[in-house]
Amino acid sequence: MSMRSFLVCVLAAFFNAAHAESTGPDWGQPASDALIQKWNRDVFPDGGGLPEGNGSAVAGERVYRDHCQSCHGVEGRGGSADELAGAMHTLTDNPPDKTIGTYWPYATTVFDFIRRSMPLNAPGSLSNDELYAVTAYLLYLNGIIGQKEPMNANTLPKVKMPNREGFIGIDAHYP
Amino acid sequence: MAKQTDFEPVAGGGLLDRRLFLQRGFYFTMATALAPAVASEAGDRLPWMEKPGKPFSNYGQPSPHEQKTIRWTMANSMAPGNGVSWTPLQDLEGIITPSGLHFERHHNGVPDIDPARHQLLIHGLVDRALVFTLQDLLRYPMMSCYCFIECGGNSNAAWRSEPIQTQAGYFHGMASCSEWTGVPLRLLLEEARIKGRAQWLIAEGADASMMNISIPLEKAMEDCLLAVYQNGERIRPENGYPLRLVVPGWEGVVNVKWLRRLHITSRPTMARNETAKYTELMPSGKARQFTFIMDAKSLITHPSIGHKLDRPGVYQISGLAWSGRGKISKVEVSADGGKTWAEAELQEPVLAKCFTRFRIPWRWNGEQAVLKSRAVDESGYVQPERAALIAERGQHGYFHYNAIVSWAVSPEGDISHVYA
Repeated sequence: MSMRSFLVCVLAAFFNAAHAESTGPDWGQPASDALIQKWNRDVFPDGGGLPEGNGSAVAGERVYRDHCQSCHGVEGRGGSADELAGAMHTLTDNPPDKTIGTYWPYATTVFDFIRRSMPLNAPGSLSNDELYAVTAYLLYLNGIIGQKEPMNANTLPKVKMPNREGFIGIDAHYP
Repeated sequence: MAKQTDFEPVAGGGLLDRRLFLQRGFYFTMATALAPAVASEAGDRLPWMEKPGKPFSNYGQPSPHEQKTIRWTMANSMAPGNGVSWTPLQDLEGIITPSGLHFERHHNGVPDIDPARHQLLIHGLVDRALVFTLQDLLRYPMMSCYCFIECGGNSNAAWRSEPIQTQAGYFHGMASCSEWTGVPLRLLLEEARIKGRAQWLIAEGADASMMNISIPLEKAMEDCLLAVYQNGERIRPENGYPLRLVVPGWEGVVNVKWLRRLHITSRPTMARNETAKYTELMPSGKARQFTFIMDAKSLITHPSIGHKLDRPGVYQISGLAWSGRGKISKVEVSADGGKTWAEAELQEPVLAKCFTRFRIPWRWNGEQAVLKSRAVDESGYVQPERAALIAERGQHGYFHYNAIVSWAVSPEGDISHVYA
């Protein structure tokens, strides 16, 4: 018997003796909807989880210059942090050029990542309008949307990314 | 007793029978970073035997003579909290990595978490959304998992066309192994009562990057652990204090540190770290995604770059092997660049998804040699040669490099990294 199955057996015996019906000791407290709403920041490709707000590349250019450009470079061309736009090569070139435009499969991921992690020195400091605007600017820089196209909870999930079909699930498949 | 030179090699280049370790009086020539000459002392007492030693200490530290055994760190020049540090595998023995030398990958620094204010929320496709304090979690039955954690980006320097000449830990050391102790995740998921259509779990950390990642629910129910302890003590801040999700055998990024939220869903969130990063672009232009399992890998840690073979003699080759698919079943070693192989001894315990230490005696005759190791796991997977891995994946996948590592030994006894 492996150590893992041994431990599982010991645990199973413990639960059978102590809790005939429940598998655990039930110490969790019910979580309120308010707490879940406050903490849940997950965004999905179908737009689930996207907040209210609106912004276009016109407004996003300024947000980018103020908060992103010092690391990601002028027009997203890269610096101390990743190149985000302006790919000079395709994915099959040597070397390939992986930007939001050539590589990222979902536009919602751009919004989600900026909202949860950026800017590095003050994550969580951008308003929803600023987040939609800077997302729009990055999509615009990559030639995916127009400069004045508004991005919001309705339009962002509809943006078709060029590399949407570029991934093959290995240890899990979705969809 | 037989002389060292009497032993017959079992493979080319002077590899000897692994069972010679058990032979009485068998000894090794030492490969060293520097050859210490012991000065002849005048008296019968060395200086530290002539006066009382230091008093007790509240927390022990390594000897000041071991100050070179450290993590090598590399961070973004504009963001000191965004980078990595490597485990110095070439300086360590056995299978457990000291907690202070466990590799690090942070996306925006190490959070300074007050455990009294840290909570874990489980919500989404459950009958009962639940929140747990750390005190709540400590009341659950615990278990230990002895397992490695390896960053998906470990060894990525080996994709380059020229072999990098740096110590083994500083390009393969984003892999470490600990005893993790905590609560089986399955217990809490059962308590929350998962709904039938749930298939994924999105785990999120309480760091400044709120790093998140999607994990298939099946794995969460199988063997994931909500770890509170690492090597017997509370997890170190840089490894996830006070709570880390341990996902045995799967790439480091899913082992979410500073865990505070588990969202049960029917679909993945498609986070940046499961789309733009931690996916492997192949020559076709398509990328491998959800490559969770760390395939079998091994490398010789002794001797390796930075060690020196002072003279011909019998050396102990020692290395590490691991697989995300289960136990290591065999490690073979070659001293002639892969022409012939001999089976190495696997040191007990050999545990699933855990570092396994292998050893084999080798008589070096003072000539050019190329050392390699090749791991096989219980699923039958064989660690590939570099050329085979690159033929399949190209050179721009960045993640999941697990090919055979080759060290060249020069007639002077110096070690270098080669592609052979």
